[in-house]
Amino acid sequence: MASALLQTAGLTKRFGRVAALSEVSLRFGAGETVGVIGPNGAGKTTLFDCILGVLQPDAGSVLFQGRRVDRLPVFRRSLLGIGRTFQRLELFSGMTPREHLLVTERARSGRGALWKDALGLGRPTPGEKRQAADLLDLVGLADVADAPVESLSLGRSRLVELARALVGPPKLLLCDEPSSGLDDAERATLVSVLGRLGHERDVAVVVVEHDLDLVGAVVGRLVVLDVGRVIADGPVEAVLADTVVRRAYLGVDR
Amino acid sequence: MSLFLSYLLPGIPYGCAYALMAVGLVLTYRASGVFNLAFGAQAFVSAVIFSIALHDGWPGWAAFVVAVLLASPALGLAMERLLFRYTRAAGPLVKLVPALGLLIAIPAVTQMLVGTATRLPSSLVLQPWKVYFHLASTPVSGEELSTTVITVAVVAAFALVLRSSGLGLRMRAVVESPRMAELSGVRADRTSAAAWVLSSLLAGLAGVLLAPMYSTVASSNFTALLVAAIAAAAIGSFASLPLTLVGAIGLGIAQQLLAGYLPSGTILSSGLRPAFPFVVLAIALVAGRSLRSAEVRDPLASCDPPVHAFRAPARMTEVAVGSRAFTTLAVGMLVATTLVLVPGNWEFVFTLGVVLSIIFLSITLLTGMGGQISLGQAAFAGAGAFTAGQLAMHSVPVLGAILLAGVLAAALGAVVALPALRLGGIAVGLLTLSFALLATNVLFLYPWAGNGATGLTVPRPTLGPISFAGNGAFFWLSLVFLVVLAGAVKLVQWGTTGQELAALRGSERGSAAIGIDVRRLRVVAFTVSAAIAGIGGALYASLQQSVSVNDFNYQFSLVYVVVVAAVGVYSVGGAIEAGVLYAVLMQLTSTLSSRFSSLLALVFAVVALTYVRHSEGVVAYAKAWVLDRAEQLTRHLQAPPLRSAGAPGMPAGSGTARAQDGHPASVRDRADHPEVGAGGVTAGRSESQDLHATPRSHG
Repeated sequence: MASALLQTAGLTKRFGRVAALSEVSLRFGAGETVGVIGPNGAGKTTLFDCILGVLQPDAGSVLFQGRRVDRLPVFRRSLLGIGRTFQRLELFSGMTPREHLLVTERARSGRGALWKDALGLGRPTPGEKRQAADLLDLVGLADVADAPVESLSLGRSRLVELARALVGPPKLLLCDEPSSGLDDAERATLVSVLGRLGHERDVAVVVVEHDLDLVGAVVGRLVVLDVGRVIADGPVEAVLADTVVRRAYLGVDR
Repeated sequence: MSLFLSYLLPGIPYGCAYALMAVGLVLTYRASGVFNLAFGAQAFVSAVIFSIALHDGWPGWAAFVVAVLLASPALGLAMERLLFRYTRAAGPLVKLVPALGLLIAIPAVTQMLVGTATRLPSSLVLQPWKVYFHLASTPVSGEELSTTVITVAVVAAFALVLRSSGLGLRMRAVVESPRMAELSGVRADRTSAAAWVLSSLLAGLAGVLLAPMYSTVASSNFTALLVAAIAAAAIGSFASLPLTLVGAIGLGIAQQLLAGYLPSGTILSSGLRPAFPFVVLAIALVAGRSLRSAEVRDPLASCDPPVHAFRAPARMTEVAVGSRAFTTLAVGMLVATTLVLVPGNWEFVFTLGVVLSIIFLSITLLTGMGGQISLGQAAFAGAGAFTAGQLAMHSVPVLGAILLAGVLAAALGAVVALPALRLGGIAVGLLTLSFALLATNVLFLYPWAGNGATGLTVPRPTLGPISFAGNGAFFWLSLVFLVVLAGAVKLVQWGTTGQELAALRGSERGSAAIGIDVRRLRVVAFTVSAAIAGIGGALYASLQQSVSVNDFNYQFSLVYVVVVAAVGVYSVGGAIEAGVLYAVLMQLTSTLSSRFSSLLALVFAVVALTYVRHSEGVVAYAKAWVLDRAEQLTRHLQAPPLRSAGAPGMPAGSGTARAQDGHPASVRDRADHPEVGAGGVTAGRSESQDLHATPRSHG
């Protein structure tokens, strides 16, 4: 395995008496694509929340590029290079897809300042506009770039989240059920974008997904969570053949 | 010890009345997500009806039935059916503005209906002032006795209903997840209506019980009751009824103890008592579990349509140019007539409009652009005004004093924002309201600040040889301030900070995930907004030439939000329209008799009720309507019939459906992408949402 881009050690999170994560230790290498599967309630989203800092784990550590990040606030981790999409959409209602990308570029670059705004220097630069347009083309949203994001379908909204998470670009992309609500064409776009990220841009991609066909098309490695524990971790075919996994998640006859 | 008890015991009935109201607040908040500030007004109405009925010779039980069992629940039911059932999926501002509007409108209407004559309060069961027995040598009056007994009985009955009846079970289910409850066959909206009826009944009961403890039935007393109830609810984290009850009674006792033990005759003792609940509220909000954790966590919440945010649609070039030309012309004519034609007092009125526009601009920046609710803007304006006054007294040039006022208000804004960082939505509003109350009841009374009701004098400024003493010259000066500040706010809106604020308004989680330092951004927004309000307040002081604490009463903070929200909170133009409109209407209604003195507030408050439908504000909505028609007309004139038939757009029906959501249909029309993708999929999604959505009116 390549040197770890992100490493969790003994990550544990409890909600009351329910352990959403217990002792989860995982390594993700740079440019690697990993699928995380498991039944609902297995702790997949909680894992993402703990990696990004939306939730504080009760125990364990998160190392990003060899540095402990588990005490950092969300925005600091984001600026270090962790992008994320949300299972429950967290879009900026009232803004267009293009504005989503422009504000993200500005936030990531850290070049904005109140005094610059007040002097009229805060508008997007041509370079930023070009980057935003390129990303919109990449995810196939150019035609709705200037429509308010509330008027988009669920699938296209997810693609806006994906494009927003790709601004930077990040070193690690966490995708939380990116395919739910997508139609076939949108799904194809998603597969091609996720597939190309690892090879072309050296972005590590971790996908939480129920759609095993999509996962199989995109990732090389599969992690299976069940009631907060890692029950399998390895190449896709090997994991899908594992009897424990088949019993916990797939149903024996699949 | 007996001294201690003699202070403590009279606190209990106050605490009981707080508890009744607080339990009602928690109940509606949990059942519908609405923080119903209008309960204060409902308590007032019930007290008025009750005292009028008794004075007209009704028997006590009949007056009680009408005031508490009929009027208040009916009012609550009407509120839920007509307004708040449509706000379930809406953001905190949409839930707050109608409640604020009602808090202002209901006492205003009551005053118009029954006049301003002083009403003496009457008690319910026992002789109010008769001492029935002594407890630890403290006399216990009938009033105190009946309040305590009734509260204990009612709260116990409520606990029983919630625990063991079918209604209680359904209510608890709806609190957890309205969607899930609906899928299990519970009519969630009926259940939440029941919660409104029951909690309104409690509010009415609290009003009737508490009335005899004041010398007259005045609406301000019941706002104070509301404040204490909010603090008690905060102690219970807006969730736990037993904690709320304990908090309320503790608060009532602590207030009386403070009154007894603090050295009398000082500002601290006279001011801290009314401000005390707010101090408690601030501490409970900051130290306790934040409101966010109490916010409804519905597992099916993603079925709700996305929180809608208003966005001014892009317009056709012809229409945009035309509307800009019209605006320029109208503004130019207004300025010209102010300077040339209008009589002196109207010159003053327009200047006041300009100055108010500046104060309102602070709300546009904070609430419209950043989605942060502040109910304390009048306090920031007051801080600016008194800073300018104090500096002018120490012979600082007035113009410099006005600018320094902005600096001090900014510092104050940053200080208030710091404890608000952990909070979101309505909690920030409550915290700023607590600051406003502290300011008007304590801070502004000191001679080094606002100098109490006497106030301060602030001269008109001079700049070298130019004097702004005349109304006309001062108008120009205010206009310069407005243009500079409005321009700066516009630039900020287009720049990084404005875009990041828009992102924060849309989704706080999403903002953090893209690398925005949400806390820093909040502090920046509060600081800049307070600075603008401070400059506006200083200009107001210089315009009036003498100001006192009454000019910046905390109620103005509420009125300001209602006025700006009613006219249009999302645009810089909206602030200016609101300021001028408010000043002009204030002048027009100034000649009315005192009975109708609150007509102005009533007008805006009633308009604020439309906020549920048109969160962009009525003026902005009317403008969009006119521009929509203008676009249709232009398109009709330009396009040959064949093209107009195939033009992208929705069928008329769905177009209006979106427009009534406050979202002009023309947004979609302008998108210029007629492929099936956008339109078709959009329709598909809204259908799937409506499956689970609350019954929404399609009228």
